[in-house]
Amino acid sequence: MENSKRSFYNAILTEHNLYPAHKHDLPEATMEKDGVNPSCGDVIRLKLEIENGIIVNGSFVGDGCAISQASADIMLDLIIGKSLEEAERLSQSFLRMIRGEASQEEIGSLEEAGALTDVAHMPARVKCAVLGWHTLQQMLHDAHG
Amino acid sequence: MPDEKNALFRRDFKKDFPLLRENPVVYLDNAATAQRPEAVLNAQMEFYREYNANPLRGIYSLGQEATQRYEEARESVRAFLNASAPEEIIFTRNATESLNLVACSYGLSHLKAGDEIVVSILEHHSNLLPWQRLAEKTGAKLIWLECEPDGTVTEEGISRAFSDRTRLVAITRISNVLGCAPPVERIVAEARKRGAVVVLDAAQSVAHMPTDVQRLDVDFLAFSGHKLYGPMGIGVLYGKKERLAEMEPFLLGGEMIQSVTREGAVWAELPHRFEAGTVNAAGAWGLKAALEYIREVGFETIGKREFALTVQALEGLKAIPHVRVQGSGDPRKHCGILSFTLEGVHPHDVCSILDADGIAVRAGHHCAQPLLEHLGVPATTRASVAFYNTPEEISLFLNSVESVRGRMGYGEF
Repeated sequence: MENSKRSFYNAILTEHNLYPAHKHDLPEATMEKDGVNPSCGDVIRLKLEIENGIIVNGSFVGDGCAISQASADIMLDLIIGKSLEEAERLSQSFLRMIRGEASQEEIGSLEEAGALTDVAHMPARVKCAVLGWHTLQQMLHDAHG
Repeated sequence: MPDEKNALFRRDFKKDFPLLRENPVVYLDNAATAQRPEAVLNAQMEFYREYNANPLRGIYSLGQEATQRYEEARESVRAFLNASAPEEIIFTRNATESLNLVACSYGLSHLKAGDEIVVSILEHHSNLLPWQRLAEKTGAKLIWLECEPDGTVTEEGISRAFSDRTRLVAITRISNVLGCAPPVERIVAEARKRGAVVVLDAAQSVAHMPTDVQRLDVDFLAFSGHKLYGPMGIGVLYGKKERLAEMEPFLLGGEMIQSVTREGAVWAELPHRFEAGTVNAAGAWGLKAALEYIREVGFETIGKREFALTVQALEGLKAIPHVRVQGSGDPRKHCGILSFTLEGVHPHDVCSILDADGIAVRAGHHCAQPLLEHLGVPATTRASVAFYNTPEEISLFLNSVESVRGRMGYGEF
């Protein structure tokens, strides 16, 4: 089998899973949204603090598999300090990457989130990887009405 | 390996299974579906190539031949279950459909408000949801037959669950999560005392032990062909003749009637009354081939090999730090099913890492969410063996499980 022994659980993913930087509460959050992945039972609550259209801080709490939890942590690393529009654009790039449709340049713009590119070959785990990003998109949609 | 175990595993059964011959996968998800031997694949093909016509309709010879094959398949299931007559064997799509058939055709006309339905906490959703809906529709009450943390159903549990209002009991023969066997004989005796009917879900047991419906003395028994090395899409409902005779049809349509007028219909005799529409005759013919294959291998060999593999896997898992096996510590109470958790690693991640090593196991709630909630675990990883598995495969599985925490970044290795 071509995928035998492929090391999907690379150091970036396992580090973010075991030692997440953003897995905590955020009392000063101005937006929050829950996300659920029924196939694995993963749940997250995403919180963002927005000032003048900029994500100045963010956090998540949740429970689930390493892919869902690490992906949410990596996402927050990437979007904190960015504008809402930039966050939306990055989340679209991430979803394109998971579908195997992103260019190398686009994957590069995702920084550490590029470490999840192999999920494209694991259809059963796609929902785990995109949980945080979908939750972010839904939050942004809610905000724009 | 001791000589005795060596001798037990001398015959390579994987040679009989085309997928296992051609694919190096270590297949340990047999509780979800088994692999199919060549004889079953050939039989399905044989039906379509040699006997294909719509069974139960044809006046012409080919149609009669198709009917004959289908009824031969029914007879082979009757013999496998030791049912007293072929009319007691209804072909369905799977165990789920069989159980739904009983809930609709028997349940809706025989249960009423105030009656009680006893369902064990060990049940797969397919032997729970039909009863939940039946309770909702009839006003009957659903009563849980609880189990201990290791899966044991106790005498106290039985006395708490049963009452003089108990009318129906739905119970599994083997739990698909823990592998334990509730005391069916005792439960049947209690049901008889109360005048309740017993529905036995044998989906998880039929491939691993003999099934004798007369000795079990249950009113209904359901299983799927695909867990028994047969095709997907063919299942069986056994029902005692006197129960089936008092039931309304489940689905209405072709070949389940004697006559139809503008005003109504007279239903066909058993078992055809419950087999509306064109039947899965090739599936039934394939199931017959599976039963013949099982008879050739023998439940003695199946039982001995699966038990040896279970002992090896259970002892191995117990020796791995941070692993907790659900259910009993006794391999005799697992029927080849080992559900476990690995501290700090989600079961889906365990499953993906084992997959990278070429090992197929199940992860999740195994369609038994109330049981997992009762056990206090949101999900488990489940390995389940079949007689074609080997001690070498169990060693690969154990080595892979042992490596998981290290590969997830835990520093102890």
